[in-house]
Amino acid sequence: MGLEAKLAGDGYLTTTLDAIIAWSRRSSIWPMPMGISCCAIEMMSAVDPKYDMSRFGSEVMRFTPRQCDLMIVAGTVTYKMAHVVRRIYDQMPDPKWVIAMGACTSSGGMYRSYNVVQGIDQFLPVDVYTAGCPPRPENLINAVMQVQKKIDQSKARDWQDKKIVDLEINKN
Amino acid sequence: MMEINNLIVEKLKSLGEDTVVETSDFRDDFCVTVNADKIVAVAKLLKEDSELKFELCEDVTAIDWAKRKSRFTIVYHVLSLKNNFRLRIKANLEGSSEEIETVSSVWSSANWYERETWDMYGIKFLNHPDLRRMYMPEEFEHHPLRKEFPVMGIPGSVPLPKQID
Repeated sequence: MGLEAKLAGDGYLTTTLDAIIAWSRRSSIWPMPMGISCCAIEMMSAVDPKYDMSRFGSEVMRFTPRQCDLMIVAGTVTYKMAHVVRRIYDQMPDPKWVIAMGACTSSGGMYRSYNVVQGIDQFLPVDVYTAGCPPRPENLINAVMQVQKKIDQSKARDWQDKKIVDLEINKN
Repeated sequence: MMEINNLIVEKLKSLGEDTVVETSDFRDDFCVTVNADKIVAVAKLLKEDSELKFELCEDVTAIDWAKRKSRFTIVYHVLSLKNNFRLRIKANLEGSSEEIETVSSVWSSANWYERETWDMYGIKFLNHPDLRRMYMPEEFEHHPLRKEFPVMGIPGSVPLPKQID
């Protein structure tokens, strides 16, 4: 099943540092539940016993951005809320990923209007978009699995020399 | 039903013959259009009269008629708990006027409704204690529910956070 199966023989294994770091990163993605509207309800049911996102290591919803790896933006982002979302994203430690959950977050959805941001990719680097209004829990779990695939391909050093974000919070 | 309609009009006329401009009673929705200059006196009377007791102000909003002679109509929805009766009060603003006296001194709940109406329609409520925007960012310069405002907004009028490189 997991690592212990590999250890059964000689009690050690050979691998690369990149592989083992990517493995540990993808096996414990802690999401930031950025539940802004109705998508949040489906996000909640994705972690309930029926759909059980913990099978993928992502059940630990953290309500502080400092402990999160993955931001699930679930809901309609208005221009006013965009600054809040971004401020929370900036506080998450690297490496971090973003799922745009649902139609509103991905493209503004049915809110083709002056007050709704027409896609959060205008101010956030989105990794996975999820279709649906709202997406079913399976769909969200699939999105998390896509993120896991992406992490699998990453190198440990990918975030090494990343420059520190100039936080808006520091300017005030 | 009929009696209270007449009672309201009768009482309002005690403030002067020109107070009531028009009344309508459509499917039991009684609506009285009043002179915009007398809105505070009207509000006070409706609330404090012992027979009427319209104590609860449920909504204040506006209508933008765009091309009509008097562009804006302010609409108040009030409820009398005593009579279990809902009344709609309308006040047409003269010409292109955008100002009306606040009724927040009479109904406290009107405070935020008037802020919302200011935000969305740009109606200035004179002597309002705290006329700030309700929904849009404070530095926003337009009033989105006005007819000339484009549905998709004015590009660049609301700032977004900068994209991360």
